[in-house]
Amino acid sequence: MAEEMVVHGLEWTTKELFVYPNEFIYWSIQIVMYPYMTGLVAGAFVLSSLYHVFGQQDLKELARFSLVFSLALLPVAALPLLLHLQQPLRAANPLLTPHFTSAIAAFGIVFSTYGMIVISEIWFVYRRFIVEQATALTGQTGVATTMKRALYRTLTLGAYDLSETALTKDKKAVKLLAGIGIPVACFLHGYAGFIFGSVKANALWMSPLMPVIFIMSAVVSGIALCMLTYIVIMKWHQFRQRSSHADAATAIGGAELEVINKAARYLLGFLVAAISLELLDLIFRGYTAMKSWDILRSVMYGKDFVNIFVLQYGLGNLVPFFLLLLPRRTIGKTVVALLLVLYGVFMMRWNVVIGGQAFSLSFAGYMHYHLPIIPHNLETYREGLLGALTVAVMPFILFWGINRILPSLRYR
Amino acid sequence: MASTRRKFLQGSLAGIVTAVIPLSAFRFLSPDQARAAVGEADTRWVFLVDTHKCVGCGLCVAACKRENEIPYEVPVTRTWVERYVVTKDGATHIDSPLGGRDGFVSERVAGQEIDPASISKAFFVPKLCNQCENPACVQVCPVGATYQTRDGVVLVDRSWCIGCGYCIMACPYGVRFFHPVHKVAEKCNFCYHRISQGLTTACVQACPFGARRIGNLKDQDDPVTQTIMTTRVAVLKDEYGTKPQVFYIGLDNEVR
Ligand code: SF4
Ligand code: SF4
Repeated sequence: MAEEMVVHGLEWTTKELFVYPNEFIYWSIQIVMYPYMTGLVAGAFVLSSLYHVFGQQDLKELARFSLVFSLALLPVAALPLLLHLQQPLRAANPLLTPHFTSAIAAFGIVFSTYGMIVISEIWFVYRRFIVEQATALTGQTGVATTMKRALYRTLTLGAYDLSETALTKDKKAVKLLAGIGIPVACFLHGYAGFIFGSVKANALWMSPLMPVIFIMSAVVSGIALCMLTYIVIMKWHQFRQRSSHADAATAIGGAELEVINKAARYLLGFLVAAISLELLDLIFRGYTAMKSWDILRSVMYGKDFVNIFVLQYGLGNLVPFFLLLLPRRTIGKTVVALLLVLYGVFMMRWNVVIGGQAFSLSFAGYMHYHLPIIPHNLETYREGLLGALTVAVMPFILFWGINRILPSLRYR
Repeated sequence: MASTRRKFLQGSLAGIVTAVIPLSAFRFLSPDQARAAVGEADTRWVFLVDTHKCVGCGLCVAACKRENEIPYEVPVTRTWVERYVVTKDGATHIDSPLGGRDGFVSERVAGQEIDPASISKAFFVPKLCNQCENPACVQVCPVGATYQTRDGVVLVDRSWCIGCGYCIMACPYGVRFFHPVHKVAEKCNFCYHRISQGLTTACVQACPFGARRIGNLKDQDDPVTQTIMTTRVAVLKDEYGTKPQVFYIGLDNEVR
């Protein structure tokens, strides 16, 4: 046969003891990236809603930014799925013939509903800015300006009214959308948890707690990424200011620090919730000790011990927990803590997805995953380190683009 | 200008309504309703494996690979044979090199030398898709590419499968894999192209010892049905609630 012949999974799976012949690690790195990215989307959105819905004034500055950031993350949440499909050209089939008993059939629907909410909320938040831009650019000449004007004009959707009443209505709409958005964001992500939690064949995944655990860790990672990006952008701006006029501010100002402190408190709250749920799940499994516990225990306390207890819980949860909690926290320490939190959530996804395939359905053997580093064909690119990195850098590129049109951070 | 916005909103609302109305023209049928609409089938394909008769020659695996065009040299296979060797110390040694395609010619089990005197029992277990009555794989397929026929066989539509692998994850028996050439979900389908033409499956035909048989559970006179009705048979992993339809004679607790 002329076509390329690849046994999917053979490349990166090694087997130990008795594993059924057709078993391989079929869900690899992109399926780790998928819940990780949706988690970031959902988390960023929830962070912005804390201000819009619950009026947490202290988060005002961060709210606008994280809203735009969640838009940048949104398309990237679907990308890993696309890279994972064996038949990516058929990606639209679930929308054409959705088979609703499947947990992933509604992904497109939930995803686009959520996308619509985010986009409309952003529109209402920025409407005033858009109209101002469109008006300010009127009458100016030049190709770039004309194009810019046309863009902003289109974005107004014909609504130029900036009267007091209209703006109040905008605010109301934002609040409403943010309010609807929270459950939808949680659904979008809890749903990712359900995709795993409902697989009855997989002893590690099957748990009704899975969706809730996913939501909690999603919010944790979303807040962490927003805070981190915020700090980096603020620092960068200061750096630029300092090089242009030497007498300008030297450190991150009191206001920014305040924002970061407040956000850190929310982060800690969600982190505690996430860890408690995960521990509950673990204890319950050990206590009930069903048939699968023997093999699960040997994976969790044996083969994956470092991944789960040292890297995920220790380095990814405990260390940042104390870094954020202890007094005399500096920006430097906060950054380290945030990076560790993001790493911890990533390891949690890894341990669920890859860890769930670390043992055979026969309960009599193990599988080991070897992430392809240097790709030598399409498959090892898509489902290898480079594919994952492609997914990881995409939101920042998108954010940079969106931010040029809708600036989301005010520099002082 | 406020009216412009109102008009815009009204316009989009009208657009959404017109888009939604045609959707209501569709009706969702429950599986029971659908079955009632097409009527009950008079066939329910089932499989019967007599593990006492299997000698682990692997002819069924080789025949299946040829019949169903699964590349011969790759480890994935629609059906396979497992070897179980239980030693007197209570340990169980299991293997299935290349799915048992070339038979179990080596006395080493899973690469391990086992003293024949230490063996308490040993046997072979052929495996294939259980064509479950309540198939987990069908439930999770997001596009309906995996479906159950009226006569109980679960099939995959190669032209519609998106290759998400959810069905592979959902099957508790590990019978599914991606076809190395077609890049879609693949599994045993009881040689549906043969049985629906009155032939028997490739593996049943290849087995020189009659360890494998296929039959119609709805036909009381079918010898396979009669055996299932009158002998003690068991199925694999019934705790998953999938209601598997491959019955085994001589199944052991050690069988995974
Ligand atoms: S054995 Fe697996 S693939 Fe076959 S019908 Fe049952 S669940 Fe589906
Ligand atoms: S791999 Fe194909 S048959 Fe299996 S669940 Fe996905 S779309 Fe359905």
